[in-house]
Amino acid sequence: MFPTTRRSVIAALASDDDDQRRRAFDTFVALYWKPLYKYLRVARDREVADAEDSTQAFLAKCFENGSLAAYDAGKASFRTFLRLLFDRFVANELKASSRQKRGGDLARLDFENAETEISREHDRGGSPEDYFQREWARSVFSLAVERLRAEADATRFALFETYDLDDANRATYRETGERFGISETAVTNGLAAMRRRFRAIVLDVLREATASEGEYRAEVRSLLGVDA
Amino acid sequence: MTWLSDNAVSHLREVAELPDFSHTRYRIKSEIARGGMGVVYEAEDVELRRRVAIKVLASDLASEHAAEHMRDEARTIAKLEHPGIVPLHDAGLLPDGRLWYAMKLVRGWRLDELNAPIAELLRVFLRICEAVSFAHANGIVHCDLKPENVMLGDFGEVLVMDWGVARETGASDATIAGTRGFMAPEQEQGAIVDASTDVFALGAMMRAILPSNLPRPLAAICAKASAPAKNDRYESVRALANDISNWLGDQPVSAYRDNVVERISRWVSRNRALVTIVLAYLIMRVIVILWVHR
Repeated sequence: MFPTTRRSVIAALASDDDDQRRRAFDTFVALYWKPLYKYLRVARDREVADAEDSTQAFLAKCFENGSLAAYDAGKASFRTFLRLLFDRFVANELKASSRQKRGGDLARLDFENAETEISREHDRGGSPEDYFQREWARSVFSLAVERLRAEADATRFALFETYDLDDANRATYRETGERFGISETAVTNGLAAMRRRFRAIVLDVLREATASEGEYRAEVRSLLGVDA
Repeated sequence: MTWLSDNAVSHLREVAELPDFSHTRYRIKSEIARGGMGVVYEAEDVELRRRVAIKVLASDLASEHAAEHMRDEARTIAKLEHPGIVPLHDAGLLPDGRLWYAMKLVRGWRLDELNAPIAELLRVFLRICEAVSFAHANGIVHCDLKPENVMLGDFGEVLVMDWGVARETGASDATIAGTRGFMAPEQEQGAIVDASTDVFALGAMMRAILPSNLPRPLAAICAKASAPAKNDRYESVRALANDISNWLGDQPVSAYRDNVVERISRWVSRNRALVTIVLAYLIMRVIVILWVHR
């Protein structure tokens, strides 16, 4: 009835258990690397190579020196804390003019793909903070879509992908049904099930991405707009 | 990872929030309003073929215990059958844990949209007092009374809505719910709520819907109802309503002591016909006397 309670990766990042810490870090990177990189590129107008190096160095530093443990849930959201920490890190890098070299095992970050995404994004208005918030929301939803893809029945996911993800060619329920060879009712039922599961996964991701109940609730409201 | 366009993110935001009623007799048609406690939708009851309003509360964010508590509360509110209280048709939990209520769909205006003379506003307000007083008699405190939560129907109905944060009299809650500006100090502090908590909100409502330059007795009624200290408020909604009725009938009110001029003026206003006859008689007498002595 209620979303499965997942442990906060923010808390797990401070764990003494290396395996647990590594797993938490993987989720942390999956969720945040792209918003951080794009933030530097678009909102802070940094060059591709600089942004790549800074993002990798920052993430590696987060893992190695445990700087995320300084987060205080009572002061700000983790997202805001991370952005400010990143800003400070980049500013110090510039001052020192001695950029750290790429660290950690982060070669899997697909910066080329991130650049393609930047070229396809249209909404770049608002403050740097607004941009980071938008990219963070995109990252949460993208991760949730990937998890849904991994666990869902292939046909049902294809239905969800066609109707809810392809905004350029959104057809009617009837047209979608004809395309999949199923009735309109089967389309609405299938979509309802996928959306229900998608919502549950989004809540899971937010539970992982936040450090306290208050922050979790605030982020759910911010992302799903429950508040006026 | 899949790249999602801005439109796709926006669409997913909507579908992730959209309640799934596919397992029920209701079909969501459109969104009517949203607030801190949840979203209200217009829906169709496909069994009875009628339109209803469904409020979906954000209870999935709370604990299972909290959802259970809210379900009990819905049952309690369902018992409040009164012409001034919006009837609850149905309630349940969505598959994702969110609690919902199906209510009568009221078409009309919200109280804060009503632009009318003071006397008319007060007559509407007395109808609100009747409904709230009925709830208190059944041990329920509304806890979120404000002009936006009162609907005026096209056929003269006055309905108190949004009982989503109602509590049993004497309850205290660590989760502070309500609307700032209408919440009594004890409610803001999470202390025990009772009928006087709603009396405070009704006083704040009067201030909100009436003009600022009120006659002194009426201003005193507002001040007494929304006094910060419980003991300084009216002891009940009925007592508040009595004072308002008295003011409308040019009678003395308990919240304000008239001076002599005001007493005379009120007596004159109340006995206008008698005063007119006496004055006419006196004028006639003066005319007759003047005519006799010319």
